[in-house]
Amino acid sequence: MNNYTFEKIIEVKNLSKYFGQIIALEDICFEVYKGEVFGFLGPNGAGKTTTINILCTLLMPTSGEAIVNGFNVVNFPNEVRKSIGIIFQDPSLDERLTAYENLNFHGMIYHLPLKVRKARIEEVLNMVGLYSKKDYIVRTFSSGMKRRLEIARGLMHKPHALFLDEPTIGLDPQTRQYIWEYILNLSQREKITMFLTTHYMDEAEICQRVGIIDHGKIVDLDTPDVLKNKYNVASLNEVFLQVTGLDIREEGSDEKERLGQFLRARKKLR
Amino acid sequence: MDFDAIWMIWLRDLIRHFRDKIRLLGSITRPVLWLLIMGTGLKAVFNVHGISYTHFIFPGIIAMNLIFAAMQSTISIIWDREFGFLREILVAPISRSSIVLGKALSGSTVAFIEGLFVLAFAPFIKINIPLIHLLLLLPLMLLIAFVCTSMGIVIAARMTSFEGFGVISNFVIMPMFFLSGAMFPIDNLPHWISFIVRVNPLTYGVDLLRWDTLGIKTFALYIDFLFLIIFSFIMLGIGVLEFSKRS
Repeated sequence: MNNYTFEKIIEVKNLSKYFGQIIALEDICFEVYKGEVFGFLGPNGAGKTTTINILCTLLMPTSGEAIVNGFNVVNFPNEVRKSIGIIFQDPSLDERLTAYENLNFHGMIYHLPLKVRKARIEEVLNMVGLYSKKDYIVRTFSSGMKRRLEIARGLMHKPHALFLDEPTIGLDPQTRQYIWEYILNLSQREKITMFLTTHYMDEAEICQRVGIIDHGKIVDLDTPDVLKNKYNVASLNEVFLQVTGLDIREEGSDEKERLGQFLRARKKLR
Repeated sequence: MDFDAIWMIWLRDLIRHFRDKIRLLGSITRPVLWLLIMGTGLKAVFNVHGISYTHFIFPGIIAMNLIFAAMQSTISIIWDREFGFLREILVAPISRSSIVLGKALSGSTVAFIEGLFVLAFAPFIKINIPLIHLLLLLPLMLLIAFVCTSMGIVIAARMTSFEGFGVISNFVIMPMFFLSGAMFPIDNLPHWISFIVRVNPLTYGVDLLRWDTLGIKTFALYIDFLFLIIFSFIMLGIGVLEFSKRS
């Protein structure tokens, strides 16, 4: 199944990120090879999204180096941006626009000429099964459809590496299954490197290698089989629990969650 | 400069604007309230420079619609941040200056259109603007809209919540409007007010509009233009810096 070479597409060296006093990433190192499906796993607040945000040029590292497709993310952000596609954890579509308009605008800011743009839009919409819905306003879509549209958008400009930050969160099992098959298929056919994070360990089994991150540090990194042997367990889920422990994590600055707790506490008082 | 990106941002904002019909309501009620109701009510009391009060405030009301619409259009930046679309734009391989310029142009266009609504009220207050002055009014309105939008971008880029933007923009729009000479002449004001009036960019915008529509002005033409152009350049520069920040 190894359809990748050992050419590196992502190189992270001694990367650290502090938010004031809070350490989000501490001295992490890893490499991702061209054509690989790489899983980045960790509990809530472990530093997965921070890593992705640094790799896709939204955040500056505090120290260390990150190189994507041969370009340093600090010095050549635009070159990095040209090389990658991203499916964010939270939706980032314009819900007031139609599916077609979302893709068309994406094509414009990735500088696809009109003819190529039209062809690619048709291609990716067919790929995710949304062609018949192309003129619908995105707000009317189900969350699964929105996810598929985002995947279509992330692929439109044929990126070298695709970042997927929990691409199947909040989706039903059928849609999850569909999306993963789709992603695997694509990585094999188009040789796109996939860098993904997920909470569902069964989903991570499809990765060629996984890195497990906890408290901003990489605690283990290898193929799923090697990890399972190493910890002498049957599934990646058990590996994950062994490596990261059973404590429940607090995610930083989640205001909705805090509001929820506050409201629940008030209810109890009454 | 990245014309694809500027065009995309401009087009998207305009599509969104015209799909949201309710916004048009504000741009029509403001001139009705201020020009027809306030203006007509105060007409009996005030007589400025020998012209009727409704005529005197007419250019000021144009400026009001421009600044309101311009500031409102920049809320889309906060909106995009809240709903994630801003990230789609920020990870795209486009220069940060084209993002800011695209926003400035889309906001100016929207504000310009809302400014045109006020012109439709000209017959109601029996103001007569010769065609040549009417044509000259258009680029002047566009310039003022651009200045106000670039200021709105700087404010919106630093805001993280809708509520904050509402407070700040009211804190900015209302004083700027009242202290621009839109509602009363600025020749004989106490020193401290006069100072604020002179650092307010809208003052120079209103001065230009009043010069064109009524032939009255306070400052030299070149001062008006210089102030407005330099101010918008500074604002755009700060805007680009804000958008280039990666925390």
